[in-house]
Amino acid sequence: MDVLLQQILNGLILGSLYAMVALGYTMVYGILELINFAHGEIVMLGAMVAVSVLALLTALGVPVPLALLAALTAAVAVCVATGVLVERVAYRPLRNAPRLAPLITAIGVSIVLQNLAMIFWGRQYLSFPPVLDIQIYEFAGATITNVQILIVAVAAVTMGGLLLLVQRTRLGRAMRATAQNREVAGLMGVDVNRVIAATFAVGSALAAVAGLLIAAYYGIAHYNMGFILGLKAFSAAVLGGIGNIPGALLGGLLLGVIESLGAGYIGDLTGGFLGSHYQDIFAFFILILVLIFRPSGLLGERVADRA
Amino acid sequence: MMKPGCKGRRALVIFICVNLRSFADNSFLRMTNFLSDRIYRDPRIARIAFVALGALLLVLPFLVEAGLGRTWVRILDFAMLYVMLALGLNIVVGYAGLLDLGYVAFYAVGAYFYAILASPQFGLHLPWWALLPTGAGIACLFGVMLGAPTLRLRGDYLAIVTLGFGEIIRIFLNNLNAPVNVTNGPQGINMIDPVTLGGAALTRPMDLFGLTISGAHAHYYLFLGLTLLVVFIAFRLQDSRIGRAWAAIREDEVAAEAMGINTRNVKLLAFAMGATFGGLGGGLFAAFQGFVSPESFTLMESIMILCMVVLGGMGHIPGVILGALLVTMLPELLRYIGPLQQELIGHVVVDPSDLRMLLFGIGLVVVMLFRPQGLWPSPVRARELKPDNPDQVHQEQEALYDAER
Amino acid sequence: MKSKLLIALMLSSAAWAASAAAETTVKVGVVAPLTGPQAHLGKDIENGARLAVDAINASKPSLGGQPVQFSLMVEDDQADPKTATVVAQKLVDEGAKGVIGHLNSGASIPASRIYADNAIPQVSPASTAVAYTHQGFKTTFRVMANDSQQGKALGQYAVKLGKRVAVVDDRTAYGQGLIDQVVKAVKEAGGEVVGREYTTDKSTDFTAIMTSIKAKKPDVVVFGGMDPQAAPMVRQMRTLGMKTAFLGGDGMQSAEFIKLAGSAAEGAIGSSPGLPLEKMPGGAGFTQRFGEKFGKVQIYAPFAHDAAVVLIQAMLKAGSAEPAQYLPELVKTQIDGVIGPIAFDDKGDLKDGPVTLYQVKDGKWQAVETIGGPAAN
Repeated sequence: MDVLLQQILNGLILGSLYAMVALGYTMVYGILELINFAHGEIVMLGAMVAVSVLALLTALGVPVPLALLAALTAAVAVCVATGVLVERVAYRPLRNAPRLAPLITAIGVSIVLQNLAMIFWGRQYLSFPPVLDIQIYEFAGATITNVQILIVAVAAVTMGGLLLLVQRTRLGRAMRATAQNREVAGLMGVDVNRVIAATFAVGSALAAVAGLLIAAYYGIAHYNMGFILGLKAFSAAVLGGIGNIPGALLGGLLLGVIESLGAGYIGDLTGGFLGSHYQDIFAFFILILVLIFRPSGLLGERVADRA
Repeated sequence: MMKPGCKGRRALVIFICVNLRSFADNSFLRMTNFLSDRIYRDPRIARIAFVALGALLLVLPFLVEAGLGRTWVRILDFAMLYVMLALGLNIVVGYAGLLDLGYVAFYAVGAYFYAILASPQFGLHLPWWALLPTGAGIACLFGVMLGAPTLRLRGDYLAIVTLGFGEIIRIFLNNLNAPVNVTNGPQGINMIDPVTLGGAALTRPMDLFGLTISGAHAHYYLFLGLTLLVVFIAFRLQDSRIGRAWAAIREDEVAAEAMGINTRNVKLLAFAMGATFGGLGGGLFAAFQGFVSPESFTLMESIMILCMVVLGGMGHIPGVILGALLVTMLPELLRYIGPLQQELIGHVVVDPSDLRMLLFGIGLVVVMLFRPQGLWPSPVRARELKPDNPDQVHQEQEALYDAER
Repeated sequence: MKSKLLIALMLSSAAWAASAAAETTVKVGVVAPLTGPQAHLGKDIENGARLAVDAINASKPSLGGQPVQFSLMVEDDQADPKTATVVAQKLVDEGAKGVIGHLNSGASIPASRIYADNAIPQVSPASTAVAYTHQGFKTTFRVMANDSQQGKALGQYAVKLGKRVAVVDDRTAYGQGLIDQVVKAVKEAGGEVVGREYTTDKSTDFTAIMTSIKAKKPDVVVFGGMDPQAAPMVRQMRTLGMKTAFLGGDGMQSAEFIKLAGSAAEGAIGSSPGLPLEKMPGGAGFTQRFGEKFGKVQIYAPFAHDAAVVLIQAMLKAGSAEPAQYLPELVKTQIDGVIGPIAFDDKGDLKDGPVTLYQVKDGKWQAVETIGGPAAN
């Protein structure tokens, strides 16, 4: 029983990281109907910048809370700038082009960001400076650390903030209007370009926070960490219902738990026929199954247009 | 109303029943598009140009060897292999307008099919002439298996599902060494039988009329022959009923359906044809390289093939061939950048091998933004996309895009 | 048609004449990744081989009474299997009489087929995959203990620490090959493999597999993979409250592992083929000679040096640089190299290749024990 509890805990922590990244996909998709392949790379940038700044500042003897705050600020600044720039340069000119075009540029941008990061930071892994004093708590046979609790707390707070932003503010209303119908929103006086840029900015800021948390949790950052993470987060967004913010949250948590339980139990369940080597397959299988049988996801409304 | 599946059969019939006369009159003339549009209008010049091109292709490996060394013949072999793959993907992306990000899965299926049945893995050594076509057929089957449930999905969903499929295939290949050792897992399959000719392995040098033909040369001719076959089929498909149906779907799926095209079957056919070429390429890769492992079939490989199609010119055969040649040669050319930096700046700032993927990425973005028709677009599509009057292009595109959305 | 043949004939005879021109020097190929992430290791190989060749050339060698000089043809395989075959073809075409390389097993294996087809001996200083020498080619050799020898050492050592062993591999050719050998060795030594889990070479989250391993209560966890995975893995093990010993192969026996894992690295044990540089019979002298010319030894320089020596000694003994003549001498190699005594078994593997185990103590790798090789006697 303690093993099961531990696996569910593992899954929830992994899942809250997925959920934060999935939000970025879901917001952009909701408004532009575009899979922003580069979003995973923005998370990577956030992690790399945060780790670099933190390493620099702690080496200079800056107090830890201040250094953490500076790292977070720098990561958010770089990610927001990159996100908005990518939208402006690579997506906006193609907003009315055939669907294939922005999709291909999105892949291109993702490759470009990844390789620029590789050239800038090199191929070695960056290590997160040991500034967080890890405490291990035990209950009912399972363990949880203060860093893990922090991750879940930060994720919960940022996602709550996002919901407030979208539901309660003028900008949020403009976003929802643009998502429903871009042309009509424009006619109603919404500056569509500004709203879309703001969407990218908010999504990228979330990505920066997620990047910092991931680097802190696993202790490492690498130019290659974004793509697979992005794919899994996208699968989570689809599972929850793409374009739907609570859906991204639910999808992320579910995917995390499914992966954890899957990797933990598939070997025993299949008598050793399948093992934890198939851990990465779950996300893709879920993606394919959901898209075929319920393209609107768990929480999305049924969309008539999927042809 | 036609029965579903009828068009599929017809496409097969079209390229099986090709007679030589139409071959000479039509497709060969079309192929001379390679040289120039003007030649294409005069059949006599076209014939001469064609013969010249043929002769050039025949002696090319020897010219390349004399000028650049035999290494380049081997690079040429790989280039030829990628031409086949790119033409296969072009059917899916260029003709039918479906973004397939898991194309490498079919390449992998073809390669592993060949490897498993012609290597010490199971002690089976089936002949290559049986394995290559069956491998292509198996890949085709995989294409249908993937396509049947997913092709009703919208374009970007399809892209991500194919990507997932590609990864799933790779993960299975990497792990199917237990409980029954099928693929030998991450170790890959080694000692794969080469293609043989009259009992002699094509990988070994052989003497022909006092002329030593190295393995690289022999494979060049094998690949050239098959590439020409693939080019020929691609041309025939483009000009067929199916080809026009693909174009119709690409431009406007709803309108195409209204015109009585069974969009699902026609899309499925595009998937299947693309997969077939991928499988053929995979089999050849296995035989040529003698060693396959899951590392060779990553997502990046899919993206590289996509680059070839997009950079060269989606839907235009000569453009795609150009794209494949460029993308294959690029890393070799990049080797000169290291010494160049050394000379200009004094030390190597950016490792040339680090630049390769970056350039592909930039290429994808820049081409989509400024020249969506590719480096060497088809005359028809170029006219569609870039007419003389800039206002007209705007109008036409608006109309097209509106329809597509 | 006729003219084409003529051109072809002319071209090929020109190429033949060019290759016949250079005779007094014998070309030996050196292949390793010289660009990309492993460029420094590739350079290490090149420099090691160069040191050997320079020393031999300075001793005025002769082949069958004729004075001879050896020259290196250096090629970059970019650690890529496809490029490896392209440069292998290049070396063959340009008349290399023997090849030192490649670094990565994934490059050595496909390239070896080209060398074997052209009957050119290949001595790898660094490729450790078992498959490399087990393809049935007579031309493949290596001067480093292979993964089977390393896996055996790791497995034996693991059982010494505790009978219940859990293993994890990263599903790469290296990780899986190593762990297969570990599992075999553990069973032979009377241990029990209580859990086998898998990850990938890109994963960072191992909590799920570590939780299932924890439930099986092992005494030792052995990981086959590289440092970027080993480091977070050992951290996550510790946060899950596991105090189990953590072992791994040369993929994690690096300074990088200690840097990435921080305090969790303490006590981890990593193996590495060969002796530690300072314990090699010729280690001190080599470090000095190498240092004067090229600077610090990375890992492979002494192995590349000995690979070159082995290859050239066989030519000198046979009195010929023709592969067919000197291959029998190469098979019978019996020399004392920098890395220790070198002899090949019937596969071309290093006989009794030693494997050294290191442990992280106070943030540094320290040699604990050498298994196999001359030091064991």
